[in-house]
Amino acid sequence: MIRLVKRPQPSAAWSYGAPLLAVLATILAGGLLFFFLGKNPGEAIATIFWEPLFGEFAFFYRPQLLIKGAPLVLIAIGLSLGFKAGIWNIGAEGQYIIGALCGAGVALAMYPLNVFWLFPAMVLAGALGGWAWAMIPALLKTRFGTNEILVSLMLVYVAEQFLASMSLGLMKNPEGFGFPGSRNLQQYPAAHNAEIIANTGLHWGVLAALISVIFAYVLLTRHRLGFSIRVTGDAPRAATFSGVSPKRLVIFCLGTSGALAGLAGLFEVAGPAGQVTIDFNVGYGFTAIIVAFLGRLHPVGILLAGGLMALTYIGGDIAQSQLGLPAAAIQIFQGMLLFFLLAIDVFTNYRLQIGRQEAA
Amino acid sequence: MAQDKTKVGFVYVGPVGDGGWTYEHDQGRLAVVEHFGDAVETVFVENVAEGPDSERVMTQMALDGADLIFTTSFGYMDPTINVAAKFPNVKFEHATGYKRADNVSTYSARFYEGRAVQGHIAGKMTESNIIGYIGSYPIPEVIRGINSAYIHAKKVNPDVEFKIVWAYTWFDPAKEADAAKVLIDQGADVVLQHTDSTAPQAAAQEAGNVITFGQASDMAEYAPKPRVSSIIDNWAPYYIARTQAVIDGTWESMDTWDGIGPGMVGIGEITDAVPADVKAEAIALRDAIASGEYHPFTGPLKKQDGSDWLAEGEVADDGTLAGMNFYVEGLDGEIPQ
Repeated sequence: MIRLVKRPQPSAAWSYGAPLLAVLATILAGGLLFFFLGKNPGEAIATIFWEPLFGEFAFFYRPQLLIKGAPLVLIAIGLSLGFKAGIWNIGAEGQYIIGALCGAGVALAMYPLNVFWLFPAMVLAGALGGWAWAMIPALLKTRFGTNEILVSLMLVYVAEQFLASMSLGLMKNPEGFGFPGSRNLQQYPAAHNAEIIANTGLHWGVLAALISVIFAYVLLTRHRLGFSIRVTGDAPRAATFSGVSPKRLVIFCLGTSGALAGLAGLFEVAGPAGQVTIDFNVGYGFTAIIVAFLGRLHPVGILLAGGLMALTYIGGDIAQSQLGLPAAAIQIFQGMLLFFLLAIDVFTNYRLQIGRQEAA
Repeated sequence: MAQDKTKVGFVYVGPVGDGGWTYEHDQGRLAVVEHFGDAVETVFVENVAEGPDSERVMTQMALDGADLIFTTSFGYMDPTINVAAKFPNVKFEHATGYKRADNVSTYSARFYEGRAVQGHIAGKMTESNIIGYIGSYPIPEVIRGINSAYIHAKKVNPDVEFKIVWAYTWFDPAKEADAAKVLIDQGADVVLQHTDSTAPQAAAQEAGNVITFGQASDMAEYAPKPRVSSIIDNWAPYYIARTQAVIDGTWESMDTWDGIGPGMVGIGEITDAVPADVKAEAIALRDAIASGEYHPFTGPLKKQDGSDWLAEGEVADDGTLAGMNFYVEGLDGEIPQ
């Protein structure tokens, strides 16, 4: 008989090994999938993982990895703080949208004024916007005990309606011939989140993501607040006895993750995207949830996971055009990553027992 | 000789299996493959989000040696212009946009011509006098379609009323099905759609006694009812001509806006669910538009607010049509802002 037996202590070896095993299992199962689609599995896997990093056009793809990975890391860092404490912000996508709208709103209101403080003001507005949007589920939870998972998720759809309304109305480009979408901030120097060093992909959002990783690391390992977060996640009752206020933690975790998601939205709208458009959000807020878990809710892990996720996106697009793999196959490949991680993760807390039942 | 092959890239906003917009662009790509055989190699990437992702995919195609790239969604406009500036030797073709450059052409189809035929059939066929319309986004192209369908429905049935639902998506079967159900619940027995999936067709079939029209693609699997006809986007002749121009070295930046006449817009077979006399009228209307004898926006027409737009016999100019942001008189509701 095969049974799962709970470990007295989570296994450290499994905890660190699970992401690596998950990647390996994804490569194997993905290879099999590509094989059945009539492609050379080795070539397909190499295209996804090798081509963007070391291929002929790596000079173009490496910067793209930063552009694609930065918002994922920035959002996932914020989410991981809450997830560690059992506070589930599922609505980062909405906070991302509102952050972008607030930041872009400041720029569009000032257009065409070119002043040095414009971009810092946009950054502030972006963070505030995301923070405020996340405060809605936070306050509803602390005041009325609502479920933050549902409220934050539902607010994504509200934010999407706002986005559509802004693209079609208030923020519409007056020189856009009636088409939806704002002015392009890439053509507005004071508001443009340009690359800090040309052709490196390194824009302010990438820098912010790296800083957030360091801050989160220090917070979690060196600061009392980080201790409160960890202990609340591990043993909520013990946390209350040690003087942690659950309500303040909810406010802090949702607020921080909202502000970081808002920042990610601002950096995106002012930089790579350039415009407020109806389809501005492409799912970073949801993908970041995968990134946070793939990175074990650890700041350094999240940095690596964000890079890996960006790699599969960019490599996946290359595989589509060079090998003719369908987009759905790439999405299955990405989905398998989380699936295997969750499956293998069971062994962190449980061990497999084969044979007869031992005496308890 | 691999070097001699002309490489043509296609960037798609949806999946090729959407049965609508992207499907028809891919049919155009396949026609290019068939027409040129080994002389041309095509590549495509589907499900590409508008914005930075599309810019990356276009750059990747250009780096991989594409000579001509078709970017098939409105939201690819600024990315196309950005990438084109970096690759002056690569030709770009952007669908439904208005920004051009030396190596960027734009192209679109006069779908409103097909909408006129739909409106005529819808006006004749409705018994509840309520026609449902699933809009995607309130952009000029969609508003043109609504106006054109309404004008021609009203012409044959003065009691007709349009109910419009905005789905805010080009392709989302669940949302589209919901929109169709809402419209049918409100008494619509004709549902027109400007979204790309067949979900509204399925919803109409389930409800029974509701008719629909295929959008972008023929959607013939729902014929003879609910689908009684369709607007078919036929990009194949354009894609073949533009590829040929690149091969010949005669490609130039231009703006193309073709309709039923040149064959870019097709009217799918009108089924026997439509009475023979209505069918004959619809075909006559189609032919009159194709020959240029009749323009779907011919005065006298007023705007929704009652102000004059076109005088008797006057025909709308392309500039006004391209940026159309108002309803014609008689339509209820406001264009969302």
